[in-house]
Amino acid sequence: METLSGVLRANGLVVAFMVVGITVWLSYLVSNRLTRGRIHGSAVAILVGLIAAYFAGKATGGGRGVADVSVLAGIGLMGGGMMRDFAIVSTAFGVQLSELKQAGIAGIISIFAGVIVSFIVGAVVAIAFGYTDAESITTIGAGAVTYIVGPVTGTAIGASSEAIALSVAAGVVKSILVMIGTPMVARYIGLNNPKSSMLFVVLMVSNSGVA
Amino acid sequence: MIIYGVALLSFCLVAGLYIGELLGQLLGVQANVGGVGIAMVLLVLASGSKRLRSLTTGASGEGIKFWSAMYIPIVVAMAASQNVVAAVEGGMLAVIAGVAAVIVSFALVPVLSRIGPQSEPLPPLEVLSAAEREGGR
Repeated sequence: METLSGVLRANGLVVAFMVVGITVWLSYLVSNRLTRGRIHGSAVAILVGLIAAYFAGKATGGGRGVADVSVLAGIGLMGGGMMRDFAIVSTAFGVQLSELKQAGIAGIISIFAGVIVSFIVGAVVAIAFGYTDAESITTIGAGAVTYIVGPVTGTAIGASSEAIALSVAAGVVKSILVMIGTPMVARYIGLNNPKSSMLFVVLMVSNSGVA
Repeated sequence: MIIYGVALLSFCLVAGLYIGELLGQLLGVQANVGGVGIAMVLLVLASGSKRLRSLTTGASGEGIKFWSAMYIPIVVAMAASQNVVAAVEGGMLAVIAGVAAVIVSFALVPVLSRIGPQSEPLPPLEVLSAAEREGGR
């Protein structure tokens, strides 16, 4: 047993590929058998990941989900910023330049709209929950934009650690929802052509904390 | 060679992140501004360029396609390494702020899509999913 965990620990990233692969396989099985493909396999897999992260966080008391479990530390590397950005960029491969141009002005507007709207929504909710000081409202608003900006803003303007924690939580909830929700709402918001998908990517990726 | 495609992809990301970092310094914010987006534009430009054809077709192209197929598994790994406990314990405020921001952003997609020329809807998602849907009913 100790020998095995030694091997797992020494080959973190490879273990991550193996574990994630098995998770995805099981999730697609669940998706096909239990939901008849109605909930997409990838959404199931992400949900499984989140649930695993919750229990791992409870068990280890750490803030990095299953990556805090030593034999699964490689998942932190696989799901970390470097690999994530690398894979995101690769998805642009095959997009035609003409499609990009079509999204042009609307694309630029959506970057600003995405950030401003999220900030206002976050700030309004903060006020509704009884936060009256400018520092907390600003921090929580920033958190609603992305969970990376929230703590940076909060620290810079000297907000309470409670407000900072809330801003991170709001950002995480948002990025989770974007991941799970997208396949479900795609049909209703007209996400069926290259232009609206480009806009969507800009609007969401720029503000879901994946930036 | 597969490595050529992977190298091209890597170059786009590094260049994009560098430009994003410079933009951040220029704007006075301590963050990378749009680096990933810039990298994506660079890759689109590269894949459309005739001069770089040998880096984006054939085996070299496979090197890029591999990583785009790895996107979902990487997102799964990313989800599994989030601080979900904090999000859940952040309580209602966090949930409402997050949910509201997403709903409003989703609602903006059709609105913003009306700006500029309309683009043709793509054919419905792969034949497979259409068959699945029919099978489900």
